[in-house]
Amino acid sequence: MASTVTMTVNGKSVTGAVEARTLLVHFLRETLGLTGTHVGCDTSQCGACVVHVDGKSVKSCTILAVQCAGSEVTTIEGLATEDALHPMQEAFREHHGLQCGFCTPGMVMSAVDLAKTNPDPSEHEVREWLEGNLCRCTGYHNIVKSVVAGAKAMRG
Amino acid sequence: MYNFEYHKPASVADAAALIGKAEDGKLMAGGMTLLPTLKQRLAQPSDLIDLGGLADLVGIKREGNAVVIGAMTTHGAVAASAEVKQAIPGLAQLASWIGDPAVRNRGTLGGSICNNDPAADYPGAVVALGATVTTNQRTIAGEDFFTGMFETALEEGEIVQSVSFPIPEKATYEKFRNPASRYAIVGAFVAKGPNGVRVAITGAGPTVFRWKEAEAALAANFSPSAIEGLKHPADGLNGDIHASAEYRAHLVGVMTKRAVAAAG
Repeated sequence: MASTVTMTVNGKSVTGAVEARTLLVHFLRETLGLTGTHVGCDTSQCGACVVHVDGKSVKSCTILAVQCAGSEVTTIEGLATEDALHPMQEAFREHHGLQCGFCTPGMVMSAVDLAKTNPDPSEHEVREWLEGNLCRCTGYHNIVKSVVAGAKAMRG
Repeated sequence: MYNFEYHKPASVADAAALIGKAEDGKLMAGGMTLLPTLKQRLAQPSDLIDLGGLADLVGIKREGNAVVIGAMTTHGAVAASAEVKQAIPGLAQLASWIGDPAVRNRGTLGGSICNNDPAADYPGAVVALGATVTTNQRTIAGEDFFTGMFETALEEGEIVQSVSFPIPEKATYEKFRNPASRYAIVGAFVAKGPNGVRVAITGAGPTVFRWKEAEAALAANFSPSAIEGLKHPADGLNGDIHASAEYRAHLVGVMTKRAVAAAG
């Protein structure tokens, strides 16, 4: 029951064979080799797999690849340019917003979505927004600092 | 996940035809409950009919003295809607407390009410506000829609298209969340409006229900003190590792009082 699916990932049109049941995260990691998107819990709780689909953050372990046919998908690999990290990535580096780094791609993708809709989030708003992103190093304090700084940098 | 045939119809009529001829088909709205269920192999539909292509089921509009929300409108869109915030702020608040931002970007009003999880939030609003559910076959009064745990009045293959929420004078929602899952252990939606005072409780029982004693007390005096002495019985309420039936009964009173206090 394999079929092909075409979508735009990080600005490039991609086509690949999928089964109906193939999750977006598996298409990204296994078919496209974009392993920056992580699978943490696989039960839509931890947020390590957050990517943007048509501009909105979604958990890529809880959406089928076929549902994204024709969509624009952005993964963590799509944020930086060749010369520079995205301001949110730079803020995570500057403020040590990571320890082991496993949750970081999802944290950054969620944070970028927040900054787009709320360019000047308070610490409280950042904490609420990151409700669906779990860090088991419990490094939330610096993550929140990073997101506030990253949003500020995105405002320019 | 077991495999299935995937369909993405372009109209409600096509979706109804597909579900009608599928051997064991499932309709999928946002998929925030269905996909995890499939991943755990708790269901094995032959066909999955994705309603994500039905643009006419998406949107929020004011119609007379009601706010009509398309079934495929996401929780995020309801929470952010200027129209909903202005007309029924308690409903926008409810939507903003469902799941997390990424889940709210996918999960839908229609999916939530059709699944009718005992801990779902929207059923409280549908019942307390006296909403009307429109399907591809008929309209159903909100109160008659939820018939039991994960059960609704929908017939096989019937598709919810929109829900019309009459604009109340006041409406607030308060919920006591499970600290891990964030689902409502008990949620109370209190509304005062054209249907009088209504108190709808979710999370506590097998499905949403009205707490009529509290409604009568609040109709006479809409203030938290009016229900100070009222106790909801524990009989028939859910009890599990997260909360006993007695504790849920206690929370019914507490959440209702908080909702009334928040309504001012």
